[in-house]
Amino acid sequence: MTNESFRIPGQGRLGQARLARFSFDGEGLAGLEGDTLASALLANGIHLVGRSFKYHRPRGILSAGAEEPNALVGIHRDAARRTPNVRATVQELYDGLNAVSQNRWPSLKFDVGAVNDLASPFLSAGFYYKTFMWPKAAWKQFYEPNIRAAAGLGVAPDLPDPDRYSARFAHCDVLVLGGGAAGIAAALAAAEAGARVIIADEQAQLGGSLRFETGARIGGAAGWDWAQASAARLAAMDNVRVLTRATAFGYYAQNFVGLVERVSDHLPQPMPDLPRERLWQVRAKRVVLATGAIERHMVFADNDRPGIMLASAARTYFNHYGVAVGRNVGVYTANDSAYHAAIDFKKAGVNIAAIVDLRDNPQGAAVDEARALGIEINAGRAVIAATGRQRINAMVVRPKNGGASRAIPVDALLTSAGWTPSVHLFSQSRGKVAFDEATRRFLPGDYAQDCVSVGACNGTDNLADTIAEAIAAGEKAAKEAGAKVSKGFKLKAETPEGWAGGMIGAAPGAGLDAKVKAFVDFQNDVTAKDIRQAVREGMRSIEHVKRFTTNGMATDQGKTSNIHGLAIAAETLDKPIPEVGLTTFRAPYTPVTFGAIVNHARGELFDPTRRTAIHPWAETHGAVFEDVGQWKRAWYFPRPGEDMHAAVDRECRTVRNAAGIFDASTLGKIEVVGPDAAAFMELLYTNPWKRLDTGRCRYGIMLREDGFIYDDGVVGRLAEDRFHVTTTTGGAARVMNHMEDYLQTEFPHLKVYLTSISEQWAVIAVQGPKSRDIIAPLVEGIDLSNEAMPHMSVREGRICGVPTRLFRMSFTGERGFEINVPADYGQAVWEAVWAEGEKHGACAYGTEAMHVLRAEKGYIIVGQDTDGTVTPNDAGLDWAVGKKKADFVGIRGLARPDLGMPDRKQLVGLRTRDPKLVLEEGAQIVADPRQPIPMKMIGHVTSSYWSENCGHSIALALVERGRERIGETLWVPMPDATIEVEVTGTVFFDEKGERLNG
Amino acid sequence: MLLIRCPYCEEERPELEFRHAGEAHLVRPSNITAMSDEDFEGYFFIRSNPKGLVYERWRHIHGCARFFNAVRDTVTDKFVTTYKAGEPKPDLGKPKARLPRKSARENVGKGKPAKGRAEPR
Repeated sequence: MTNESFRIPGQGRLGQARLARFSFDGEGLAGLEGDTLASALLANGIHLVGRSFKYHRPRGILSAGAEEPNALVGIHRDAARRTPNVRATVQELYDGLNAVSQNRWPSLKFDVGAVNDLASPFLSAGFYYKTFMWPKAAWKQFYEPNIRAAAGLGVAPDLPDPDRYSARFAHCDVLVLGGGAAGIAAALAAAEAGARVIIADEQAQLGGSLRFETGARIGGAAGWDWAQASAARLAAMDNVRVLTRATAFGYYAQNFVGLVERVSDHLPQPMPDLPRERLWQVRAKRVVLATGAIERHMVFADNDRPGIMLASAARTYFNHYGVAVGRNVGVYTANDSAYHAAIDFKKAGVNIAAIVDLRDNPQGAAVDEARALGIEINAGRAVIAATGRQRINAMVVRPKNGGASRAIPVDALLTSAGWTPSVHLFSQSRGKVAFDEATRRFLPGDYAQDCVSVGACNGTDNLADTIAEAIAAGEKAAKEAGAKVSKGFKLKAETPEGWAGGMIGAAPGAGLDAKVKAFVDFQNDVTAKDIRQAVREGMRSIEHVKRFTTNGMATDQGKTSNIHGLAIAAETLDKPIPEVGLTTFRAPYTPVTFGAIVNHARGELFDPTRRTAIHPWAETHGAVFEDVGQWKRAWYFPRPGEDMHAAVDRECRTVRNAAGIFDASTLGKIEVVGPDAAAFMELLYTNPWKRLDTGRCRYGIMLREDGFIYDDGVVGRLAEDRFHVTTTTGGAARVMNHMEDYLQTEFPHLKVYLTSISEQWAVIAVQGPKSRDIIAPLVEGIDLSNEAMPHMSVREGRICGVPTRLFRMSFTGERGFEINVPADYGQAVWEAVWAEGEKHGACAYGTEAMHVLRAEKGYIIVGQDTDGTVTPNDAGLDWAVGKKKADFVGIRGLARPDLGMPDRKQLVGLRTRDPKLVLEEGAQIVADPRQPIPMKMIGHVTSSYWSENCGHSIALALVERGRERIGETLWVPMPDATIEVEVTGTVFFDEKGERLNG
Repeated sequence: MLLIRCPYCEEERPELEFRHAGEAHLVRPSNITAMSDEDFEGYFFIRSNPKGLVYERWRHIHGCARFFNAVRDTVTDKFVTTYKAGEPKPDLGKPKARLPRKSARENVGKGKPAKGRAEPR
């Protein structure tokens, strides 16, 4: 049966299509280009394509579209491209396609897990919550891994995704979602009116249900032909974009719609530069929802046998793909539309065993035609069972109110319980659905956004009405979006078919018997019994029923099952359906790949990487880098044979003995300029600025209004009206935001400009006793003597022939300079400084040595030694708060009672009793190590290093009443030992600060 | 993703360009040091966080970089109006149970002068 034996010559539209070879579970098969994987499998007579989630029951193909709950397969292109849970009904066939079935072992036809089906009395609704409870520890080690292995869908690929995904933003006047008859008509009307239109459909071609509705005639042509001609006409218009293979998965605020376009999943060998998928983010002035309707299956015993499918799906396979799903076909329905399937089949010579209709006295043109064709119609009867394990072989029919049953042999059974309007996107737009009592279905009610529903998703059952409604909506949307509607657009449409009627809930014979498996939700193996049981066990809201039974979950999100489930719950609760409620429709409509969402933002493009002007030099000189926010910073410069410890020790020694050169370019820098610059600085920093002389610097502290330290940095006054402010590396952006906030909204009367100059100036710190000797030969026009340029001063001049803002300042406690040069000259100046430095035995040092050197001096790092709850006083920086100032941000916060309490944590130094022992940063500190657990923690270590220059480890810590405790012994309990420490001052090296001026 | 009208650029721009900046119309008192603890608590820590209409600050940080104010309905996530920093609270009339649709687009920029009210602290 691998020879396309179910393709009917002369039937369908694939006609002269080329052969496409593919494999399913290793078996070589042939289909046609234009097939879906499902139609190609059916052409080969293959119905059994998967095993169900929980019971491992054999499953076939239910649908011909996105609603498919059963036919999920893996598509394996290569080792890295293994896509699980692909719906065979939407996967287009290509030559060489390799599909594998899922959730079975060792094989699809013999699946050991099917024992679950026999064990099903123990696997009833909510069994996860009731079973597997003891012993408690077994859940993680035993139950969960085994359940996950046994029950499940496909297996995720284990290699990185090698594909590219692209993204586009788009704007339009009218976005039409759905390319069936309604969508095409609306798009044509809007486009003819001159509106910019985007029409999107999830399938490869526009046409929707015209694919199978062969009786439809629109604009004088057969429906499908009209759809293709219209699609071509739309595509040729300048103001229209036609997106096919594009699923609108999410409808967000202000008519913002997310779509995924599948660009290359249907190609045998995609060009390497093609993205796999393209994410469209479309903003539309108006949206027309033409999302159609989804047929429901009948709920009866063993309605999941392979070979049982939706009537419209069978028609699609027959009328479009030319594939008969069987040779002796039964139909089970409660409405008219399934009759047309029987009629189509019968006319083409496929035997219809019988139509079983739940209705007592079905009437109408379709019924008459079927009867005229000699089809046996069993009215007022129900199918109460289906036999055949891996393929249906008979349906058991009985009068619906009981009586004698008989088995009618079939090899396929088409069912239809009616049509469910697809209100998913409408509901996602926050529109409220309303239950229509007359037709027992949910329809769009109150709209929340600028959209309109047309056609089957709006409950319009007739084609002529649908076309008229769509044209009116398209024109109205175009007009509202600003287009000038000139001529009225008209189309004549007719069809003998209608989608009205049907039933919801369980059919007779779905059984209250615990052994009857009448499936409501195929993907989650939820039966009518499970839903009744959930109600009996106390679930009242449909949201609870859903979660207890898992009805409507997983990849199909209950597209075929939700309404049945709701009806059964309502019946069991004996409540009207609206009172039981409808579960929420959430994005995505169908599964969306992570690739499409993550898109370009992966790897290098996940987050910007910032490199300084001096980065290339550091790289060639062997620097090891560390990430500091988005920055790459040179961490240390190991020489051959050195580990990090040795390199850092050497760098720290060299800085204090000779000099070190450090790339400080990442420092945040903000220029504060204007007649009120000093007044602004007074308000934003705790320090007094008005009396700071031009050419001098000051260490500034910035607080939030609550009095806690927000940032710090050295500020140089370049002129009466110009300050060069530095911030922490990590704080640059937020400090700028904080300053702008106050300037724009609280102090707008101040005449000040703020400019971020972080990227404009490269900063080369030269620190150490030899620092002046190193830079002196390079500097022009600046007197570097102690008298002319003392510690904490700034001069403008030239270095190596380029402009510089030269700061005399220090973050090491040594005499030091920070050379600011325009970033483009950063590396050239660095190299010149380096050449001079080498003559004096200087080294390049990285951030680790910088941290050690500053800690030796007790200089804090905001965000490391402070944490947003530290005041200047806590940090020992009270001296930097202007006591005579009338106002600054944080002045009132500092006066809060809690911030003056004597038991606050204060920054102190710690020395370990064992000088070699380096504490762990973040370690907690206690006063008495013998107290019972939980101990009272009185502080924690904020910074801790080995200090080569001191010859012992050093640490900074925030400790309750810390300054009172200087000299006391405290304890740091660690997992392996409790470490004895002595509280000290924060300065470990050159306590008098003589070296700064040396 | 929301579209937000920047009152300085006079354009609707995508939310990506903006950053939320907390409740609006909280004015830093000029005599802040004279505030009682209770008043400071109210000014700095306490926020109204209502369900429904909120007056809030936004910054067009990746655009003109200006801070401005907006009225937004937290139930529908719809902007009623946006206006420049320093301008008084717009007079929205009687609060309605639900805002009219399309209000974000249509109510903005029509130059209906909002009645000034004394700024609450």
